[in-house]
Amino acid sequence: MSLYVDIQKQLGAFQLNVRLTAENGVTSLLGASGCGKSMTLKCIAGIERPDRGRIELDGRVLFDSQAHIDLKPQQRRVGYLFQNYALFPNMTVRQNILCGLCREKDRAAKERRASEMIALMRLEGLENHRPHQLSGGQQQRAALARILVSDPQLLLLDEPFSALDGHLRDALKIELRDLLARFGREVLMVTHDRTEAYNMSAAIAVMDEGRLLTVKPTKALFADPGSVRAAILTGCKNVVPARRVDAHTVEIPDWGVRMETRQEVREGLCAVGLRAHYFSPAAPQNRFPVCFVEEMEEPFELILQFRYQKQKKDSTPVWWRLPKEKRPASFPQELGIAGANILLLYE
Amino acid sequence: MIDWYPLFNSLRIAAVSSVLVFFTGICAAYYAARLPRAVKGILDVILTLPMVLPPTVCGYFLLLVFGVKRPVGAFLLRYGIKFVMTWYGGILAAAVVSFPLMYRTVRGAFESFDENLAWSGQTLGLSDAYIFWRIRLPACRQGILAGTVLAFARALGEYGATSMLIGYTPGRTATISTTVYQLWRTNDERGAFFWVMVNLAISTVVLLTVNMLETRQKEAVAK
Repeated sequence: MSLYVDIQKQLGAFQLNVRLTAENGVTSLLGASGCGKSMTLKCIAGIERPDRGRIELDGRVLFDSQAHIDLKPQQRRVGYLFQNYALFPNMTVRQNILCGLCREKDRAAKERRASEMIALMRLEGLENHRPHQLSGGQQQRAALARILVSDPQLLLLDEPFSALDGHLRDALKIELRDLLARFGREVLMVTHDRTEAYNMSAAIAVMDEGRLLTVKPTKALFADPGSVRAAILTGCKNVVPARRVDAHTVEIPDWGVRMETRQEVREGLCAVGLRAHYFSPAAPQNRFPVCFVEEMEEPFELILQFRYQKQKKDSTPVWWRLPKEKRPASFPQELGIAGANILLLYE
Repeated sequence: MIDWYPLFNSLRIAAVSSVLVFFTGICAAYYAARLPRAVKGILDVILTLPMVLPPTVCGYFLLLVFGVKRPVGAFLLRYGIKFVMTWYGGILAAAVVSFPLMYRTVRGAFESFDENLAWSGQTLGLSDAYIFWRIRLPACRQGILAGTVLAFARALGEYGATSMLIGYTPGRTATISTTVYQLWRTNDERGAFFWVMVNLAISTVVLLTVNMLETRQKEAVAK
């Protein structure tokens, strides 16, 4: 079971260029808004047509510009959960779900499967409601029910949580994750939220300005994003130009420091990323004198901005993030960071 | 004894032309909404012109095409179809003048339609025809209803193009609006006033019906 995508599409000045292979389980497309994530999903579903390329799902060719194959969305068996869920407003929940069963010709089987899905998705009692009468979470369940009942080979989720209130989001994340695990086929999810991507997916594909930068297992990506864009998208607050000195030393000219790394530094290094959580007054490695700049309080954490003593005037301060209860009595004279926590960025 | 022919004639002209405009307007709006912008702009101007041109100018163009001595008119005459000075010529005049109202209102509704609904229908396997009739049209029914009523009311009140094309023949081509003018011209002030009141009554009923339908729909949605 696998999805293979290799497509190009020109949209005015914007160029979409995606090559991606996804195996069983959830893969997230992570990128800033407008980077072509949704366009990629639409191309896979057959709603938009790529200029060139090939899309293959479980050995079935959905699109191939050279062989002139371009299956209609109706023939692709690709489920698509839209950001606004796209439930048909003039139909009840049950009628919406029956729409997902339009390939099933036997009337009795249709009704039976709709009822099963309604029970499975805990929509009992809401069958005869119209979409606008449902809460955000119920709408999401109804839309998923409608898709799952159509038995898709691949499920595409476009920002599935963006239409929900914050407090609902976390509860629904767990619910959806379990549901997708039971679904057991490939899922491609679009999101701009790194936490969502981390929570939900086994692998993450990072997109930037229409290009697919990298596809990695989720934890590997966060541990080693590899590129500046990927480091920023995974939430690294301190990304700064750097150059290689030797196999385990980098120089950061903006900060006026040299740091030791555990990972081997290859030629072509252009920047390093230091996650704001990893600074510590107790760390013995890479200790340098610092001075306090500013602080910002969050509900449970504290962001302290500082500058290295030899830091260039025009470079931005460095972020240090720590739990509130660990707030030092006075700002430390020196801060260190373990060499293992320096992300090496090559692009 | 009042001759009710103008009422009957006006209603049948407005009814038939509304049906024609209903389908052609929806078709034109549907295809125009998905054309490239440049083509759409040009088509839009052509399809909307009858709304802003003086109706007499529309009537002039109609005579230019369908006049019995013109190629098209002469051709149709061979099959016994004559749009000049016949009651069904009034349908043509009313349809041409009221078409833009339907087309523009429906196009507005189609353009504000959430395309995700159509796309999700496609990915679920619903046929394009089903999506059009069962999802797109119901979602746009407010605009379609409004357009139809506007077109009907406009067709009922059509004067300029109608009088150019089919003139005024009592008992044959007379409509309410041409009758009002004719009676006024011949100093039958009471007669003219009577038909003005008839017209006013019909228009009021039509508009009240629309308002009622709209409120009922809003209540149904709110329920």
